[in-house]
Amino acid sequence: MTSILTARMNEYPRDSHELATYEATGGYTILRKALAEMSPEAVVEEVRASSLKGRGGANFPTGVKWGFLPPLYPRYLVINADESEPGTFKDRQLLERDPHQLIEGIALSAYGLEVNHAFIYVRGEYPKSARRIERALAEARGEGYLGKDILGSGYDLEITLHLGAGAYICGEETAMLNSIEGKRGEPRIKPPFPAVEGLYSKPTIVNNVETISNVPWIIANGGLNYAAIGPEASAGTRMFSLSGHVKRPGNYEIIMGMTWRDFIYDLGGGIRDERALKCWIPGGASAPWFIPDLHLDVPVTIDDTATHGSMLGSGAVIVMDETTNVVAAAHRIVRFFSHESCGLCTPCREGTTWLENVLLRILSGQGRSIDMDLLLDISDNISPGLKWPPAQTTICPLGPSSVSPITSIMAYFRAEVEEMIASQEAIIV
Amino acid sequence: MSRLAEWSRNARLRANEVLSAYPDRRSAVMPLLYIAALERGSVDEGAQRDVAELTGLTAAQVQSVASFYTMYKRHGVGEYLVSVCTSISCFLLGADDVLGAIIDETSTPDGETSEDNVFSIEHVECIGSCGGAPAVQVNYELVEGITEEKARELCRWLYGSRPKIVLSDEMQQLFGGTCSFDWGPAEESGAISAVPSLEAYGSAGRESQQP
Ligand SMILES: Cc1cc2nc3c(=O)[nH]c(=O)nc-3n(C[C@H](O)[C@H](O)[C@H](O)COP(=O)(O)O)c2cc1C
Ligand code: SF4
Ligand code: FES
Repeated sequence: MTSILTARMNEYPRDSHELATYEATGGYTILRKALAEMSPEAVVEEVRASSLKGRGGANFPTGVKWGFLPPLYPRYLVINADESEPGTFKDRQLLERDPHQLIEGIALSAYGLEVNHAFIYVRGEYPKSARRIERALAEARGEGYLGKDILGSGYDLEITLHLGAGAYICGEETAMLNSIEGKRGEPRIKPPFPAVEGLYSKPTIVNNVETISNVPWIIANGGLNYAAIGPEASAGTRMFSLSGHVKRPGNYEIIMGMTWRDFIYDLGGGIRDERALKCWIPGGASAPWFIPDLHLDVPVTIDDTATHGSMLGSGAVIVMDETTNVVAAAHRIVRFFSHESCGLCTPCREGTTWLENVLLRILSGQGRSIDMDLLLDISDNISPGLKWPPAQTTICPLGPSSVSPITSIMAYFRAEVEEMIASQEAIIV
Repeated sequence: MSRLAEWSRNARLRANEVLSAYPDRRSAVMPLLYIAALERGSVDEGAQRDVAELTGLTAAQVQSVASFYTMYKRHGVGEYLVSVCTSISCFLLGADDVLGAIIDETSTPDGETSEDNVFSIEHVECIGSCGGAPAVQVNYELVEGITEEKARELCRWLYGSRPKIVLSDEMQQLFGGTCSFDWGPAEESGAISAVPSLEAYGSAGRESQQP
């Protein structure tokens, strides 16, 4: 099994986060070499050649995004460590167990992008991750891997750690920029895209922790070697966070392409207490659900998941067994979006509240026969046509994401919802 | 009236460091709100005015930021803020029962602070520990794989021993279960109050300093 991101922490489980371990395993030699021997363009070219796609949810090719920067300075690089999509906990492991890998990735990327000031936005609920980064930054500065004239190359880079304060929406890249600017974390209308007009209105690249943690390996081994790993269009390894009713929850770094059956039953060890699998969410709370009858033999790739009407998103796989009340599960997810809606767009602000209320009504045994249509109608107002990928009439994709649980239970568990409404039985939530 | 003059020397030092870390003073508003929370015990109006003075923003601008984020506690919280994740993965594995047990054990309703000001209880959305569900945090320090019974024990332990520094590894060892991933060696830093524990804010406490 190829591991790139978790190789060091697997081999040195006690001290993979220490600078000494990082240096002893070749750490920062790639930065030294790149600064001495590579031009910024050459670094960007390797990343482009790697076909690396963003791991924050949207799967956008990283090299292509980097190519959007106009020749204007200063430029900024912002690392998205706001990881808050329910089910996702992979970035936390990368932050806590191998912070120097991320920092070297940032330094290499920033050099390539001609950035002299980068930011790491860590969610407020990850103080341990933030402390690990804080300490690793100080160590890297101390060794001359950051700061002025890095390793005598003439290149300067400062990295600022910015702690969030509890708002999922700040994971959306433009909301994140507002948050760093000291404003409310509300998304901006795009265009302009951050690459053109981002932080402090300057050209800015926003990338996920996992995305950038791949960069040291890519520069060390060559972009084409990265592209050669795994199926085309899903190059490289990828971290998946597995949770719910499986025997072996956890983070798994895998090469994409295995089937969902192998993922859930081999990697995850199958369902707890030998129960039957009812459904699973393949890519975080925002993603439409999959069911055993239709999707167990679908390969775990970006494209195959999309063809079947969902997404790998943030890499969070949430498994539900036969005992799960799907209305209660859908309510829990919708409640999240309702709580996290920033309130700028009416369809999202009002729609998520209504979805939550109607689901709650059903769960409290007071569902009405019109509630099924009502749920779909409200969903259609948030995400017109209920298509996949969703049509977006809101400023950001949070609104449309909130209907995924609704369309999923209506597509696969309609009879069950109907029965719940008819029974008028209250389920405690 | 701002009461910046009453801030400790240490807090003013940290405020200056934070202000100089950004190209724009306004950007320091979030870290300054944490430092103010530490200094004044909450992000109340006074704390917001202090931050306004430091950043050159109006009090209204600071308020609009402070009110946007859930971790700036404008009404103050008890000694131990217990946050129970009730998002989907934790919900699937019994988080509602854990929350119920904690509410019962501390006699403190969800979203409120106990009369003796020891506990504040809240349910929260996903805290990125779904592989170790159900998960809770005490002053933002994590415990994974908790059960109803262990959650009760955790509350009794907090109440009885009143740790000055809340250490994640210690709680995990005493009350935790399955983890999202191997945590590695124990950390010696923890939280001294319900403000995320970071050197930059002066909110990190060290085990070795524990009396
Ligand atoms: C509501 C919302 C929340 C998001 N949360 C995160 C997040 O927590 N972490 C992340 O990396 N990207 C998140 N994203 C995606 C970012 O907007 C952005 O696409 C990403 O950080 C880009 O990095 P990448 O190309 O490396 O994936 C979120 C997007 C939306 C719409
Ligand atoms: S879709 Fe929702 S979260 Fe996104 S900007 Fe609009 S109101 Fe805010
Ligand atoms: S759902 Fe509880 S930690 Fe993620």
